[in-house]
Amino acid sequence: MAIDTQTDQGFYRRMTCIVCPTGCLLEVRKDADGKLSITGFQCRRGEMYAENEVLNPKRVLTTTVRIRNASLPLLPVRTSDAIPKELLAEAMRVLAQVEVTAPVKTGDAILANLLDTGVDVIASRDMKRIDGAA
Amino acid sequence: MRSIRYTDVAVIGGGPAGLAAALAARRAGAEHVTILERNHELGGILQQCIHNGFGLHRFKEELTGPEYAYRFIPQVEADPNIHVYLNTMVLSLTPTKEITAIHPDHGLVKLKAKAVVLAMGCRERTRGALTIPGTRPAGIYTAGTAQRFVNMEGYMPGKRVVILGSGDIGLIMARRFTLEGAKVEAVVEIMPYPAGLARNIAQCLEDFNIPLYLSSTVTMIHGKDRVEGVTVSQVDDNWCPIAGTERYIPCDTLLLSVGLIPENELSQTAGVPLDPRTGGPVVDEKRETLVSGIFACGNVLHVHDLVDYVSEEAEIAGEEAARHALRETADEAGSGRDGGQQLALKPGSNLRYVLPQRITAGAEVDLYMRVSHPMDAVTLTLSGVTLAKKRQVRPSEMLKIRLKAQHWESLFQAGKAPGQELLVAAEPSA
Repeated sequence: MAIDTQTDQGFYRRMTCIVCPTGCLLEVRKDADGKLSITGFQCRRGEMYAENEVLNPKRVLTTTVRIRNASLPLLPVRTSDAIPKELLAEAMRVLAQVEVTAPVKTGDAILANLLDTGVDVIASRDMKRIDGAA
Repeated sequence: MRSIRYTDVAVIGGGPAGLAAALAARRAGAEHVTILERNHELGGILQQCIHNGFGLHRFKEELTGPEYAYRFIPQVEADPNIHVYLNTMVLSLTPTKEITAIHPDHGLVKLKAKAVVLAMGCRERTRGALTIPGTRPAGIYTAGTAQRFVNMEGYMPGKRVVILGSGDIGLIMARRFTLEGAKVEAVVEIMPYPAGLARNIAQCLEDFNIPLYLSSTVTMIHGKDRVEGVTVSQVDDNWCPIAGTERYIPCDTLLLSVGLIPENELSQTAGVPLDPRTGGPVVDEKRETLVSGIFACGNVLHVHDLVDYVSEEAEIAGEEAARHALRETADEAGSGRDGGQQLALKPGSNLRYVLPQRITAGAEVDLYMRVSHPMDAVTLTLSGVTLAKKRQVRPSEMLKIRLKAQHWESLFQAGKAPGQELLVAAEPSA
């Protein structure tokens, strides 16, 4: 459980690392000068996650867009990198308007520079063209 | 059906386990491998798991389910000696490794294999298995079925959702429904701790302020034609609802994420003995079942939390199946199998299961195991010999521990010999 505590000496947060399935319990302390001290991580990526989570939390968005002429009506997509967490809902609204046409290859750019983040939305699977499909 | 077809290694199921097993069998020298898949495409459940987090161990990358599948599918399709039959339902398997299947073009097909790899995966536990009181309205889905609707078919099962069970699929679907505009009212878990991974509690529930009620369960489903709400009650240590704790939550959809069951009906037609603890076949370190030449891997063997370990296990099964097929070709089948050299592995204190269940004396192999209860500062032992120490163990996280030469030395010194039992236990560190 993420727990925030604000004290006279600064700021303290406990959180579960989401970088890998180990799920380390991280602790971040920010002293009065704004200096961060991070404990509980077992790898460099966990340390970076804790820092980002306090300063600028980001997430990779995975969702779907509509696809035509394929065996299924939806194509799974993801952002090529993490985007600011507060943009997730807005990104979903943008992607709800997107429709592509098969064939599509894994990694194809579906939407460039999502919400000016510099991050692209890419296909996460192949979809063959099926003539006659909706 | 015209005639019997022949293959060296038949792989039943084209999901992550089947794909890795087929490729490994080819690498190990099997000339002709056949994959039988009931869906219209390869990849299995990975195709509907569009979230990321797959492949961290194996590829050092965070892939989505389909991306993980596409690390294998093109290799399978590029190999002219792997024959893939899609839309093909296997109906039976005999102990002599004869497979009967139906195929839309070929009709009833018989396939004789020198070795078989069982890779059928698992299925979800349903409402029927839970005996929840109440009406029988529309709007009750298993989490995986809802996942397929939302991620592949393009249907939203509902707008206000309660999720019973905190398994990973349920947690992932809580986030997915929220992103797609539905309101997830609560996740309800009967145990005092979550069933899914801690990272999924953080990124699927906490990120979206979805409440998680522990030591609670759904005690009534309301609604005539469509779900209108559920009653949630707290439970005591014996899972009995506590009177006076009921709360009514209005909702139009109830998702069940209450466990997975290895799908072994086919294994049983071949007389493959199952382990009641895993729900999957009893195997040795080669992943060979007690029926010679029939191997098993992936979720049909035991339910995994990480696909990376499924691939790893499938490679063992595929490779050993190829070896078995090659031996059978050389007309010395069974010569490599010597059950007399094996010891039985049994789960002891705070262990739900350990796999493999049989092990050849001296074999340096990875043991997979799952604990019964969460525990801090744990020493894992094998008949008194220390295998590893862990800061924390949880039922949601499968443990993988290497059994090394030094452990065998201690076991032999303690008088352990083939034919005997070894007990694996998770005990508080001294």
